[in-house]
Amino acid sequence: MLKISVNKLDELFAAIAEKQTLYIPVDREVGIAEYKKWEKGMEMSKALNTVRSAKDFFFPQTENLVDFRKEGKNIEVIDIREESEDFVIFGVRACDARSFTILDKVFLVEPVDSYYKNRRDHGTVVTMACTRPAETCFCGVFGIDATEPEGDAVCYNDGENIFFKAHSEKGQKFIDSISSLLEEGDTSKLDEVQAKTREILKKLPLANLSTDSFGGDKLMENFNSDKWGELSQSCIGCGTCTFVCPTCQCYDIRDFDTGHGIKRFRCWDSCMYSEFTRMAHGNNRNSQLERFRQRFMHKLVYFPSNNNGEFGCVGCGRCLSKCPISMNIVKVMKALEVK
Amino acid sequence: MQETMIKRAKELLADGTVSRVIGWKKGEFAYDTTPAVFETAEELDRDFAFDDFTAANVSKYLVKESRKEGKILAFLKPCDTYSFNQLIKEHRVIRENVYIIGIPGGPKLDAEKIKAKGITGILGIKNENYTLKIETLYGTETMPFYEAICGKCESCKSKKHVIYDELIGEDGDILDSNRFDTVEKLENMTAQERFDFWREQLSKCIRCNACRNVCPACTCEKCVFDNPKSGIENKAASDSFEENLFHIIRAFHVAGRCTDCGECSRVCPQNIPLHLLNRKFIKDINELYGEYQAGADTVSRSPITDYTPDDCEPSVVHERGVE
Repeated sequence: MLKISVNKLDELFAAIAEKQTLYIPVDREVGIAEYKKWEKGMEMSKALNTVRSAKDFFFPQTENLVDFRKEGKNIEVIDIREESEDFVIFGVRACDARSFTILDKVFLVEPVDSYYKNRRDHGTVVTMACTRPAETCFCGVFGIDATEPEGDAVCYNDGENIFFKAHSEKGQKFIDSISSLLEEGDTSKLDEVQAKTREILKKLPLANLSTDSFGGDKLMENFNSDKWGELSQSCIGCGTCTFVCPTCQCYDIRDFDTGHGIKRFRCWDSCMYSEFTRMAHGNNRNSQLERFRQRFMHKLVYFPSNNNGEFGCVGCGRCLSKCPISMNIVKVMKALEVK
Repeated sequence: MQETMIKRAKELLADGTVSRVIGWKKGEFAYDTTPAVFETAEELDRDFAFDDFTAANVSKYLVKESRKEGKILAFLKPCDTYSFNQLIKEHRVIRENVYIIGIPGGPKLDAEKIKAKGITGILGIKNENYTLKIETLYGTETMPFYEAICGKCESCKSKKHVIYDELIGEDGDILDSNRFDTVEKLENMTAQERFDFWREQLSKCIRCNACRNVCPACTCEKCVFDNPKSGIENKAASDSFEENLFHIIRAFHVAGRCTDCGECSRVCPQNIPLHLLNRKFIKDINELYGEYQAGADTVSRSPITDYTPDDCEPSVVHERGVE
């Protein structure tokens, strides 16, 4: 397999960045990794994952959709869409890579979301196989192999070398573009590392979390469960879980009066918020119980119901780490599980 | 301690003093306890937890819980009692419906600080003579206890319970904390340096509202920022300065009412030191109006809402603003 020494990462990044914008995970401060545009001298984070997920690249927290300008009785509609630049996201984990497939099912079905598609078309996702999964990881529960991530191209790190494999045309193009830096390498050490990681994956505390009680056909029993009250009682109704979640995709569209015209923007929204999807017909979710239930029903029942059984969670574990009161999808699944 | 608490809670449930108990519930891992309400002895035996990771302040839940039927037993740490007292003062909790047992405070631990050391795959955490022995999927790791304590416990202001019906363990004292040290550092910066510091910190905000929602001083039924009719509802920042303003406005709103419980910084997923904004207000109040600790009692007037002839003149803003 083609490889490069880990000591030559700087050269590699420079070569990628010469052709297109490159984003890599870096440590903003101790414990806070985030994707940043690569600049010379930047060091790739050793953290397992970024605090914010990689969905931001395709579905940013806020974006302008269209501008309006009013003159007299005429309203001019200004299309502000521009072709995205080509970019590479390097070091995406298997969970986040799968989240793109899930987001695609929302944004790329008819009517196609042209804003999302624009960025998706121009982005090359280069994933990195995991070697040190955390106790909060449970991607395997959703059929994701952390040692064999999806993505346009995938990298494997055996501690000394990084190996490359293409999964798509875009990924092959990416590898071709850096081929002068790569050489054929022996994968025997990598095979060992992969085998060791697979052993760890089997031993993860959440490895045997069951999804049997969930899915599109388990609607009423889950919706009517008497567990929701207890599960949601300490939820403080913040949006942390939804905003760090790689698959949460709900948004709001608003108009902003700049004083010189109107900007119509969209921004992430959270089903945990009190005014989420308030509608004139009146049956809003007025209690935190209903809002809380919505989030988990969406991931575990409604999404699979609409998408051939695929769950709307990738087991990245971000909500497990970040919820202010440590309530999360794992606790919900265990409480609702029918034994 | 946990056993004593469970035993006492069961007694109070059994003799009808209370009908519910608020405390913390065991999690999936060694560190992820969740605030929870218990109604039976069985639930307490099965799930109740009180350990190094019960940092969450349960006082704010009592706004709602004290309005339900029957009395609730609340286990409050010293810092939590200040929040509860402040809520009494603001008529947000019904004192008679809460039976308070004061329990010892921290220092509590923050799992994120353990993980930030690169310790991952955590299966168990033991405190052995203030060295943490951490069992992980990758072997046993150790680290000093004090390097993993919650930010809010690093500058603990008090071990004294300011309100309780009974105590488990001995009551402590108000501490001579170092909590204004960082504020002083910020004050000694130039205006530009300070501006840059806050811009850098606040630019991390993802507007999840965890700081506001967890804050025991933020108990408005409907926050203006959530109210579509307020005209200033905002789910998204229209420019890069708006998040900054959100936090500054919130700090103003809780000024004189913030007890410095530190929950805002504890819950921030982006590690923004939000408590420093509040501490600046507390420090200013102390200096300009005399020592004042919100939540220390339930009757005194807050300097911000009370006029006395000795109050500082508005010109202080100008005088202190000079570089």
